[in-house]
Amino acid sequence: MASLPVTAARHGPSAGVRLRRALRGGVLYAGMLVALVVILAPFAWLLISSVAEPVDLLSRPLHWIPAHISFDRFAALTVGSSPDDSAQSFRAALVNSSIIASSVTILSMAVGTLAAYAFARLHFPGRSWLILAFMATYMLPPIALILPLYQIMSALHLRDTPLALIIIYASFVTPFVIWIMRGYIETISSELDDAARVDGCSRLGVLVRVIVPVSAPGLVSTGLLAFLMAWDEFLYALIITQTNASKTLPVAINDFIGRHGVDFGLLATGGVIAALPPVIIAFVFQRYIVAGLTAGSVKG
Amino acid sequence: MSQALRVRAAGTGPAHARRPWPESWVAAAFIAPAALVVLFVVVVPLARAAWMSLFDISLVRPGDEPFVGLGNYIEQLTSGDFWAATWRALWFTVVSTGLELGLGLALALLMDQPLRFRWLLRTLVILPWALPTIVNALMWRWIDNAEYGALNALLTQLGILHSYQVWLSNSDLAMWMVILADVWKMTPLVAILLLAALQSVSPELVEAAKVDGATTLQALRHVLLPLIVPVILIVLVLRTMEAFKVFDIVWIMTGGGPANATQTIAIYAYQTAYQGYDFGRGAALGYLIALVIMVLAAVYLRLLGRLGRT
Repeated sequence: MASLPVTAARHGPSAGVRLRRALRGGVLYAGMLVALVVILAPFAWLLISSVAEPVDLLSRPLHWIPAHISFDRFAALTVGSSPDDSAQSFRAALVNSSIIASSVTILSMAVGTLAAYAFARLHFPGRSWLILAFMATYMLPPIALILPLYQIMSALHLRDTPLALIIIYASFVTPFVIWIMRGYIETISSELDDAARVDGCSRLGVLVRVIVPVSAPGLVSTGLLAFLMAWDEFLYALIITQTNASKTLPVAINDFIGRHGVDFGLLATGGVIAALPPVIIAFVFQRYIVAGLTAGSVKG
Repeated sequence: MSQALRVRAAGTGPAHARRPWPESWVAAAFIAPAALVVLFVVVVPLARAAWMSLFDISLVRPGDEPFVGLGNYIEQLTSGDFWAATWRALWFTVVSTGLELGLGLALALLMDQPLRFRWLLRTLVILPWALPTIVNALMWRWIDNAEYGALNALLTQLGILHSYQVWLSNSDLAMWMVILADVWKMTPLVAILLLAALQSVSPELVEAAKVDGATTLQALRHVLLPLIVPVILIVLVLRTMEAFKVFDIVWIMTGGGPANATQTIAIYAYQTAYQGYDFGRGAALGYLIALVIMVLAAVYLRLLGRLGRT
């Protein structure tokens, strides 16, 4: 009995085992290939559509590889010299989205990290209850809040301003920041805090000089996710914005569909430009994004 | 000496000589800015929406806003349109969440295998998730286009279809196309979360099962899956919560049509409020949707808490 494995090892795995392994490998690699194609093909088509001439896009049967490639539409939407209405709206939206998403990120990270520190380190009555209240506000569907927010922002003369969207987005991004950063700070040894306290640091000093430097990776992942959330939002923006003064990219694309419903090339170009910042962020900072996503949704 | 005492009493002594604030005060000061943001944008509007939902407010009749009590709620709960939209949202939720979990688990298991080039899959899998929802909807709207869309071209060139189909303007198919677009975008997220759970399981457990004579599939079913069930449940509730309030992707792809075939509950609420100018009913609908979401949120947080304790 004991000699069996030795014999098997000397002659290598039997033909049956080798065949089964090869089959299994084949299935797994085929699955990987299918997954890659399914993930990449729609992207590829969006990219091709954004640079193909209308003749190629509207051909039947369809030519997958366009005969002519042109970046004219990218130029028209971004740097072209004689912008029409649509190009102007699109550029304004690009600026608005950048300003709004950056401001929301900075504001939410500042107030959110401050609160997260309190939830992670300080003892006070109602702590667990209060963090659940914050989580509940994060999960509340926008559709339940848009009507009063629309009226309140109108009354304050804030409707159609980037500030209105910054305030609204901060209200759901901040609880998210609190949630992730509290979990992150809890993983940091509190002995670091104690040492700094003995050296005469205030609580705020501990947060700024000890916790923030140590939790830099957590701050990066949370900040990137905060930015993406603000960049992606549509429903509030659809209600609150009216003109180029505050329209964000999702609203601009919604308008685009209404105005250029048949100019698929231009729509694809707009889509590619709007998708570039988040896709690049996700690609370059993948490790941080994945860590943040996991911490934010499946870790209590 | 008496001078030294006076100096210290005036508060210019070392910082630690000052009595620190009680911890609750510090906590209050730290949480106050965040609470302020949330208070004005969530608590105040929420209270106002509750108030609004008790009146018959229509923007086409300014100044005439009679109090109707729970009338708006009763009207919705007895309306066929409301239930039709609720069932559509539920259908979307069950099918898309089911597909995302099934495919996401398969994808996660695949990415967990020691395969060459798996780094490629792990790197690229995040891209659909990163694509903004609006751009994703726009992209699929274009792919599903009846006359020039890539889907028709692909299926006819492969010989699967004989003639071009109408996808989004067909009330039998439209919801499926929206589900397809949502599944394409969200399956990677599910896979990423489940992969993290799989990676937290010690490989020795699976090895031990195999040494005991279990096949790969048996090891998967009886060792690996039971260990990640808590995470699967959490992802399930999370996706359910997101899917039930779906708005963006439907709005861009079909606008709720054709013939209301994709009018989910959030689309119905939006149309009631902003296309029917009916703010009272809109507010009541918002509350009804929030109620469902909050029940799911409570389940989600409870599951998270249980996972955290074990």
